[in-house]
Amino acid sequence: MTDYQTWERRTPRQRLVRYVLILVTLVAAAISWRLLQINYNYVGSAPVEFMDLVNRMYPPDVGYTTDILGPLIETVHIAILGTGLALLMAIPVALLGAENTTPNRPGFVLGKFIISASRSVNVIIWALVFVIIFGSGALAGTLAIAVRSIGFCSKLLAEAIEEIDTGQVEAITATGANSIEAAIYGIAPQIKPAFIGVATYRWDINVRASTIIGFVGAGGIGVELNTSINFFRWQGVLTILLAILGIVIFSEVTSAYLRRKVR
Amino acid sequence: MLSVTDLQKTYSSGDEALKGVSLEVTGNETVAVIGPSGAGKSTFIRCINRLTEPSGGSVELDGLEVTDLSGKKLRNARRDMGMIFQEFNLVERLTVMENVLSGRLGYVSTWEAFRRKFGGDDVGRAYEVLDRVGLEGHEDDRADELSGGQRQRVGIARAILQRPKILLVDEPTSSLDPETSRAVMELLTEIAADDDIPVLINIHEVNLAEEYADRIVGLRNGQKVFEGTPEGLDETARGQIYRGEEIPEETGPKRSSAEETAEDAATQEGALRRG
Repeated sequence: MTDYQTWERRTPRQRLVRYVLILVTLVAAAISWRLLQINYNYVGSAPVEFMDLVNRMYPPDVGYTTDILGPLIETVHIAILGTGLALLMAIPVALLGAENTTPNRPGFVLGKFIISASRSVNVIIWALVFVIIFGSGALAGTLAIAVRSIGFCSKLLAEAIEEIDTGQVEAITATGANSIEAAIYGIAPQIKPAFIGVATYRWDINVRASTIIGFVGAGGIGVELNTSINFFRWQGVLTILLAILGIVIFSEVTSAYLRRKVR
Repeated sequence: MLSVTDLQKTYSSGDEALKGVSLEVTGNETVAVIGPSGAGKSTFIRCINRLTEPSGGSVELDGLEVTDLSGKKLRNARRDMGMIFQEFNLVERLTVMENVLSGRLGYVSTWEAFRRKFGGDDVGRAYEVLDRVGLEGHEDDRADELSGGQRQRVGIARAILQRPKILLVDEPTSSLDPETSRAVMELLTEIAADDDIPVLINIHEVNLAEEYADRIVGLRNGQKVFEGTPEGLDETARGQIYRGEEIPEETGPKRSSAEETAEDAATQEGALRRG
């Protein structure tokens, strides 16, 4: 026995497990890399191609601005309507999916299922589905945005509902109010900041999402962008990209401001 | 008149919070329920308006058996019982007026409640009640802007706007300073006298109970171990309530030997502490 104390953070067994896990991660990365069979010929010519694209894009086509104004506004409208619809549908789903307000076990599972299902499918795929059902245009885009957002909104709202102070709801119940009144007076005021936060945050995300759903014909600025790329009108493309950047910054600033306003 | 008979509550954890408590509250008397933490005071009061579901026994308010009710009938029974909470339980983000008017929610339709549309009588009375509790001019303040004492006054205003047949008050002063506690207790006894309704108060400050209550009930381990006037609350009675000393035969059912041993130990400890 030694006359000094030793201390080790991990047992030998734990250390072995760690080394094995690191090895597995490295092997997985190596396998993915080999199996992808990336063509490196293009990497060499990338700088030239990039400069060529920049030269063809610059300067942006200023005259094109008036043409894209309409689609740009349509994009924002799709985001607003889509978010509004999503929030309307998210309220009942959130009440189902929150442990303290769900009426029963099957209801809870249904709520959680709707939340996962809506989130598991990308907005582009929802847009494709709705373009097939409703034809191309803003309606399909709005529905795609709405359905895609339900899961996000109701998940966050359900979490807010689970965190409320139940004492306030209890006090309303004790006055003889029914459960809907208890929700209006006891729950709604408590989740209002979360609601406004979720609404503006999701609207911000949806502005960005609605710029691309046009690629599959679901309306908005994406339609214009897709057309310009297909016709190699690169100066027009840059105009659109700058416009999208502008509108995304605008939506981010607005949503940040609104979220700061509620307390 | 509130008449509670053999009220029992066993939580799903197996914890027996109430082991058959009976109590009558009538007229406009103020009854204080005292006892150590975990004696079942809160459970008792919450079982009366069934915020907590009792496991057995009966609760009768003016002859109506409350434990059998459900749905609309239970809500109607709750309208008759004003409740005041330890942590005030105001809706923090609503205004004082909205909080006070929520005492009328049992009487308005859900749609009216949603639009904050209360009858002129209700609004008029709400102003009167705010005056009475000393909060005139605060109707548009948000509840979370008020001090503790003011918030408890809003809680009291909400309860009396119900025009209840009884006030159930759960530790009204535990979150308040001594000065404000007195003011709140005075207000409660004043309401009992003015509105001619009984008040049932859970309280752990024995001196406040002695000062303001007409009758005192002592709970220990979910059983009633004392009932009498404040004058009757002598050192023996306190010993029974707070240190579990020799419970008289006539109150409470027979206890197991294990409990008696535990209480013997507590008695010795109490004797030691008193020197």
